[in-house]
Amino acid sequence: MTLHELTIAEAGERLRAREVSSSDLLEAALDRASRTEAQLHAYLTIDREGAREAARKADADLADGIDHGPLHGVPVALKDNMCTRGVETTASSQILAGYIPPYDATVTRKLKEAGAVIVGKTNLDEFAMGSSTENSAYGTSYNPWDIGRVPGGSSGGSAAAVAIGSAFAALGSDTGGSIRQPASLTGVVGMKPTYGTVSRYGLIAFASSLDQIGPLSRSVQDAALMLEAIWGHDPLDATSYSGSYPNPSAALDDGVSGLKVGVVKELAGEGYEPAVETAVSAMVDKLSDAGAAVVEVSLPTFDIALSAYYLIAPAEASANLARFDGVRYGHRGEGATTEKLMARTRAEGFGPEVTRRVLLGTYALSAGYYDAFYGQAQKVRSAIQEDFSRAYGSVDVLVSPTSPTVAFEAGARVDDPLAMYLSDICTIPSNLAGHPAISIPIGLDEQILPIGFQVMAPALGETVMFQVAATVESLAGFTERPVLEELAS
Amino acid sequence: MTWESVIGIEVHIELSTSSKMFCGCAVEFGAEPNTNICPVCLGLPGALPVPNRKAIEWIMAIGLALNCEVSERSVFHRKNYFYADLPKGYQISQFDIPVCHDGYLDVTVDGETRRIEIERAHMEEDTGKSTHVGDGGRIHAAESTLLDFNRSGVPLVEVVSRPDIRSAAEARAYAQDLRAVVAELGASDVRLEEGSVRFDANVSIRPEGAEGLGTKVEVKNMNSFRSLERAVEYEIERQISVVEAGGELTQETRHWDEEAGVTRSMRIKEGSSDYRYFTEPDLAPMVMSASWVDEVRVGLPELPAERKARYSNEGLDPDLAGVLSSSPVEVRDIFEVATAAGADHRRAANWLVGEVTAWLRRTETDPAKLPLGGEQLAELVEIVDEGVVSSSAAKVVLEGVLQGEGSPREVAEARDLVQISDMSAIEEIVAKVLADNPEAVDSYAAGEEKVVGFLVGQVMTASRGKADPKLVSELLRKKLSS
Repeated sequence: MTLHELTIAEAGERLRAREVSSSDLLEAALDRASRTEAQLHAYLTIDREGAREAARKADADLADGIDHGPLHGVPVALKDNMCTRGVETTASSQILAGYIPPYDATVTRKLKEAGAVIVGKTNLDEFAMGSSTENSAYGTSYNPWDIGRVPGGSSGGSAAAVAIGSAFAALGSDTGGSIRQPASLTGVVGMKPTYGTVSRYGLIAFASSLDQIGPLSRSVQDAALMLEAIWGHDPLDATSYSGSYPNPSAALDDGVSGLKVGVVKELAGEGYEPAVETAVSAMVDKLSDAGAAVVEVSLPTFDIALSAYYLIAPAEASANLARFDGVRYGHRGEGATTEKLMARTRAEGFGPEVTRRVLLGTYALSAGYYDAFYGQAQKVRSAIQEDFSRAYGSVDVLVSPTSPTVAFEAGARVDDPLAMYLSDICTIPSNLAGHPAISIPIGLDEQILPIGFQVMAPALGETVMFQVAATVESLAGFTERPVLEELAS
Repeated sequence: MTWESVIGIEVHIELSTSSKMFCGCAVEFGAEPNTNICPVCLGLPGALPVPNRKAIEWIMAIGLALNCEVSERSVFHRKNYFYADLPKGYQISQFDIPVCHDGYLDVTVDGETRRIEIERAHMEEDTGKSTHVGDGGRIHAAESTLLDFNRSGVPLVEVVSRPDIRSAAEARAYAQDLRAVVAELGASDVRLEEGSVRFDANVSIRPEGAEGLGTKVEVKNMNSFRSLERAVEYEIERQISVVEAGGELTQETRHWDEEAGVTRSMRIKEGSSDYRYFTEPDLAPMVMSASWVDEVRVGLPELPAERKARYSNEGLDPDLAGVLSSSPVEVRDIFEVATAAGADHRRAANWLVGEVTAWLRRTETDPAKLPLGGEQLAELVEIVDEGVVSSSAAKVVLEGVLQGEGSPREVAEARDLVQISDMSAIEEIVAKVLADNPEAVDSYAAGEEKVVGFLVGQVMTASRGKADPKLVSELLRKKLSS
């Protein structure tokens, strides 16, 4: 197995056995990037210099007997909506072109403290608004399994990088499925933690009550290792959880015997590709064979989750994006008055999907419409939470497809926002409830495109969720890697 | 027709916390522009607010001092609007569940006390400061605008009264009393000239006895109590004259022009402003537990109104009680010590609000450095009571004490101000004065009693002020009548 295909756990073993160095791992990832970036465009910024210095430091530390833990010396990538001090951070928007943050996001700081080597910043849909990475102001990312298709989104760059090996793992952010859906479409593991467990400090906000940072990785274990490095109470985030945390790595080998698994009735049927449904049912059967008690569970509010999401998320976004006015940083449009300057800045700086959502959100919050739209959506959100609670009264986890379809062709949904929004139909409910959920690759369809399986758990249910996810991973035995016609380095 | 004015006042109070509302930056007036700033108060991408617990305690204290109820649970909202000095494009404020609600402040004008109800006191953050450069600083003609974000994120408490105020004088009294309460708590610097307390007045008129409310005009830009009173007075008159001339009032915001002494209509915005309030998702609801509220309540100092009532109970007339109550804490402390040492309350208070306050003003001395102890004041009152010094000599004694010459008794001795209590010595002087002023004696005999005053003055002069004037007067009358 070549270096760039190793999991974090495997790379860690070799590092500690002095078979490889962090610099070797980094060069393998960078080499991979040079061979694939022209086709995939997973990265917006590759920080070769900074990464090489960090790798050298990691090697020197290890030589001195200083071991920062499982991520020590491991090359990872960050979605470009997480602030990195001194390294351009744009959220894939023209309005932040050239913006260099003066501070590190809490997750950036934690990864650095854990000894990880930050390779660069990955592409995303502008301000994480999208499901295909086609809304990036800096060009689309493509799917390593088929470069005519999208890698999903909005964390499509992170997913593509992890799938192709230009990073050993990456961070994404998930507001309505932006980690899990691209993970599903690129055949990697993607996980959204319980809301409040990973600090949002330094994450460029899309929808604050829904946004959560989480890992994309090549194995369930790696996702647990990444999560354990980045989460924890942060005094800089007032919504940060301060109680005791679950233990994702604890039960990875424990199997599912005796666990109750609920199959969500509403996340199937019309709009779901047969290959996806077949693969998901097969996995459900395998879980049952492995000793899980499988039941079908109905969560009727899931049918209206998408509508509620597309009021709440744009409403919050309309305020979150108000700060991009050209006054203090980022792109500045010309204008004779402050009002004109701001208007021009925003008209020039935001892409069409961002503009659409800001307008939608502004409208939903307007006097006279608030109750009908935003207020109503909040009620739906509460109803979804109640639905989940009822379901978790009788099951330990809920399962479903991660995405109703496999990776779709680039351009196919660009002009049809509603079709694009439907990409997140399986993932949105967990965001609205603040619950954790994970996508695990379970196979390929006949077009050789990956299919993802979603495991959802109640708030702070990461331990049992990872337990089931690890079992799914081993039952699937999915080891395929995308084959890309590589360019000469 | 007789018109009644209906006035509500919004007061913004900048808290004097050491750090800002949602970040650790220092709160400091007059610092170099843009030196107390960070990613949070600059609204940099990704930065998040974390509430300042001390600020929440201050607003609870202000609310309790204004007889408000403290909400068990309170929520921050985003108030959305674009402005160059508003870095996030929204202000973190409160909407439907403020920290404090339903209180009151009793205000006295010309001896009449009225209760002004307080609708709410809510917590918010201040904006940055814009300075328009060029063409007289007017925004529309300015060549450029300078932005200072030092003030951005400074904790601000907004206290909103109900429209219970009925006159400009009452508006002023309400504002002054509210400021005194906040000053007493130590929650703010309360410096009007630095903008740490700011007032807006909502003014309308209606026919006397009417129930409904007239068209409301918001008046801004008053930076002293006097300008608040003048602006409200002007606005009431303006509204009456518009209506009486058959005109109609417009709901608008007007700017008080201090120099011209008029309110002027500000640019009329197209449509009414819609701030699109919604719950701030970056902040969890605040929970004010009963035990936390009690903790704050127990820590409240004696408030001006309570103190005034106590002074009245202790025998001061209302005016004296009011003046002493609003005197600097150092002055009031002297009162407490002096009365505890046995001094008569009224006399001690008179000394403090009279001679002592005048001396502070004349010598421009900081009350904190007042060189007078409560025991000394008690002694001063005592030696006047005992007749050791005359009340006029006592003023000279006080001067000496304040100049550090020793205790009142020592000063009286040293400055030779002790009254002559030896009757024979006074009789001697009286005899001499009568002998020297035969015309006066004759006048008295002719029925001109008022010459006694002249003669008393002569005796006092002869005794260099040391004779007891009362005694002298009695003695003179006795001699003249004999």
